[in-house]
Amino acid sequence: MSSYPETVAGIATALAKGEFSSVEITRHYLDRIAAHDSRLNSYITVCEEHSLNQAAAADAMLKSKDAGPLTGVPYAHKDIFCTKGIKTSCGSRMLDNFVAPYSATVSERLDAASMVLLGKTNMDEFAMGSSNETSYFGPVTNPWREGAVPGGSSGGSAAAVAARLAPGATGTDTGGSIRQPAALCGISGLKPTYGRVSRFGLIAFASSLDQGGPMATTAEDLALLLNVMAGFDNKDSTSVDRPDEDYTRSLREPAAGLRVGIPKQFFSADLDADVAAPIRSAISELETMGAICTEIDLKHMDLSIPAYYVISSAECSSNLSRYDGVRFGHRCDDPRDIEDMYRRSRSEGFGVETQRRILVGTYALSSGYYDAYYQKAQQIRRLIRDEFKNALENVDAILGPTSPTTAFTMGQKSDDPVAMYLSDIYTTAVNLAGLPAISIPVGFADGLPVGMQLIGNYFAEAKLLQIAHQYQNVTDWHQHSPSLDDGIE
Amino acid sequence: MAISDDEVSAIARLARLEIKEQDLAAVGAGLGRVLEFVRQMDAIDTTNIEPLAHPLELAAHRRADEVLEPDLRDVYQLGAPQVQNALYLVPKVIE
Repeated sequence: MSSYPETVAGIATALAKGEFSSVEITRHYLDRIAAHDSRLNSYITVCEEHSLNQAAAADAMLKSKDAGPLTGVPYAHKDIFCTKGIKTSCGSRMLDNFVAPYSATVSERLDAASMVLLGKTNMDEFAMGSSNETSYFGPVTNPWREGAVPGGSSGGSAAAVAARLAPGATGTDTGGSIRQPAALCGISGLKPTYGRVSRFGLIAFASSLDQGGPMATTAEDLALLLNVMAGFDNKDSTSVDRPDEDYTRSLREPAAGLRVGIPKQFFSADLDADVAAPIRSAISELETMGAICTEIDLKHMDLSIPAYYVISSAECSSNLSRYDGVRFGHRCDDPRDIEDMYRRSRSEGFGVETQRRILVGTYALSSGYYDAYYQKAQQIRRLIRDEFKNALENVDAILGPTSPTTAFTMGQKSDDPVAMYLSDIYTTAVNLAGLPAISIPVGFADGLPVGMQLIGNYFAEAKLLQIAHQYQNVTDWHQHSPSLDDGIE
Repeated sequence: MAISDDEVSAIARLARLEIKEQDLAAVGAGLGRVLEFVRQMDAIDTTNIEPLAHPLELAAHRRADEVLEPDLRDVYQLGAPQVQNALYLVPKVIE
């Protein structure tokens, strides 16, 4: 490994001091991507020329003392965020030829902060998956173990950060797609409160659940990245109109006295024993730090996955109806008539899992089934939301595992959609309720990383980051990085 | 939960997806597996519970009805499969 700092904060400080240039650090990451990513497949597009141009511009700003806190810091961008002039595929054949004519608000904010875009990261097709195996561009390898999945859907971002092919990355989280891959790759990831990060130009999967957020090695880096990504946006009708916050403001406050609730449902038979052990050690560590941990009851949690799959599939079937081969995206060759064009363009453009979700959603919304599926799921959504609201009146955060297992083997769950869905057993309820949650590394089981989830009240991102940062101050799990044993350093 | 070939075809038609005859059974099985799983929701009585469509229950914010964007039609049509005279071309709909 080189002598460059590995964190967003460390790189930003060194750039401000002039210890190296943005072009140098950008070159460093581009070289690492070139050396290692043919094996990991964490990037769909690497935009070297664009990166180096942005880095040179950032260096000019740094020289003229015209720089912001993250000027010149490189990052990787999930290929779900539109980037003007650079391919945005969403992991799908449908958009393999799509170069967005405009940028997502998040992309514009990262540009305005003069950060350097290294490339667009691999992901499950249209963010539907928990293993990154549904990508049209091939699966991503977990840098901790050949043949293991990185999680999904932001699997490329998680693998890239874990392998130090980017110091930080963006992700999106509809049912766990930031937190679960962060856990499986041993990095930190934050899903903000619904409405905090603009969805404009973020290719839609399930609009009432989708939320963008940062992924990085440390909680401090997440706070710095969220400062750039979050904020009200007039172009997103569900953006929440609140003043901007400094998410680093309480990082240095001690965790003593904070109340942490531990739902007994999060430690049921579904949880692997070797995953439970590091989580329990982390709870002891937090208690040593003065946090007050108490058991709580969230009895509707087991209904969150069924309700989530009905609601997200229903919204997916509606959102993805726009891909018709008319205005952009894939069109089949030689259509017989317009119906044939719609049907073949969609069946050729979408992969198996995406088509399954569209069919489930169409079924759940169709005449005669609406009440039994969609309405029922929305009623359960209220029960889950209310249960969280009540619990969070008495505690500052809710703690549990992020995923019931460590990274599983590629192909292990591909044949059974329900087995794959259960990877998100601890994460989907948070999206149904719209709450913020963070996953941080807390240890290893059989050589693979284990992640712990902290769920907070609405707009309590700063508190979650504070607890995570305080924990990372006294532990070093977040500093472990996989050895990329392909002989290249 | 069994989903018949006819049901799969009907749903696929609504979703504008083409499923080959020989794939109907496998697609139906996958669909049935998911639908059976989500019916776990039936374990709980939700009578009189108001459905929740949006987690924060906020009203969408509005803005003044002013033109904010320039006309970028030509740019937007650069990625279209087939365009002529600024119109999107599709197979003939009316004979």
